[in-house]
Amino acid sequence: MLAKRIIPCLDIRNGQTVKGINFVNIQEVGDPVELGAKYAADGADELVFLDITATHEGRKTFVELVKRIAAHLNIPFTVGGGISELSDAEKLLSAGADKISINSSAVRNPKLIDDLALNFGSQFVVVAIDARGDEKNHWTVTVNGGRIPTEKELFSWAKEAEDRGAGEILFTSMNHDGTKNGFANEQLAQMADSLKIPIIASGGAGAKEHFTDVFTNGKADAGLAASIFHYNEIPIPELKSYLKENGIIVR
Amino acid sequence: MNIVIIKYNAGNIESVNNALNRLGVNAEITADPEKIRNADKVIFPGVGEASTTMNYLKKHGLDKVIVSLKQPVLGICLGLQLMCSHSEENDVECLGIFEEKVKRFIPNPGEEFITKVPHMGWNSISNLKSSLFTKETENQYVYFVHSYYASIGEHTAATCNYIVPFSAALQKDNFYATQFHPEKSGTVGAKILENFLNI
Repeated sequence: MLAKRIIPCLDIRNGQTVKGINFVNIQEVGDPVELGAKYAADGADELVFLDITATHEGRKTFVELVKRIAAHLNIPFTVGGGISELSDAEKLLSAGADKISINSSAVRNPKLIDDLALNFGSQFVVVAIDARGDEKNHWTVTVNGGRIPTEKELFSWAKEAEDRGAGEILFTSMNHDGTKNGFANEQLAQMADSLKIPIIASGGAGAKEHFTDVFTNGKADAGLAASIFHYNEIPIPELKSYLKENGIIVR
Repeated sequence: MNIVIIKYNAGNIESVNNALNRLGVNAEITADPEKIRNADKVIFPGVGEASTTMNYLKKHGLDKVIVSLKQPVLGICLGLQLMCSHSEENDVECLGIFEEKVKRFIPNPGEEFITKVPHMGWNSISNLKSSLFTKETENQYVYFVHSYYASIGEHTAATCNYIVPFSAALQKDNFYATQFHPEKSGTVGAKILENFLNI
């Protein structure tokens, strides 16, 4: 049986791992290569490295970092942040990334998904969606780290991304992110019922049972989290044993 | 030991090289038939589409080089599929080292969870029958990313189950192949690569 995946996410700024809550109050938490290797040794199934650097110099540093990550890491990893054209993706592929994740740039230019899938294969293309729901359960896709609402609606955008060739959807609920109250299981399950590609759930992980919930009620294929791993609140080996005891298939 | 990784239009060649480096081994990445023939071990990695890749190999004469090799050869992912007789991916005749055929996964309808294609992620391997494997690799999880699979046949050296049981590995004489990516399969994958280097 295919195992459910646990994916620590590392936000990278100027070559360092950082963590903020609701995309603000950012603080440094360590060297990405060391931290990545530690997570791999602990049993992480995959890693995501998101470049949140704004400067051109920082971007070059990130490509160099991806090369170091690829040399040291023995599990697959996705990189994202600032990818707006094919050449950006190509640089990261040759640096050793297994997948790339695109977010705002796909919203602004949906054809980028088609182009990336055509050139590098769907397995290489993760479309990340940050969305915020209102009291009427309407979910608006946001860009720029959740700061700017767009015209797009979550479920139709996810479907469009799949149709254009995305290999996976990484859905972050801005309502849940940073709360540690659990994932957006209702929306995740609704998405799972309408898509044929795997869904990575993000935003809201704060306890081990949130992962059992997201894999059963949320029908997610993978659960992503950052701070609970960075601050060792839930060590990965402990989380994996807990999931096994609760009947979830994990590696 | 002289190890060669066959260079062609595939995506993940550096990943395989990185994994060998982590085992303390240096490989040469080359498309030179002389260097490939003279290597102690040959690795044939692959990510991509079957028919365009077969055309590429033929155009560069690499198809004939690969089938004539006498030293241990390890095909990975698309490498395994191209070593089979035929692939449904754009209906292409492949190298024919293994008689097994490559088919596309067809999702099972009517299940509670939609079975997704590609088969992507960690799955376990069993019924291991090859010197690629040792006791510590039985029933362990390895990393797969693929939409096509080699059927179970005489040369199946490891079985995985996704929608249907399929060949996670094949072996015939000096030819070894894995559908999964040992270079991305953590310590289990590293062990499998090490076993190949020790053949």
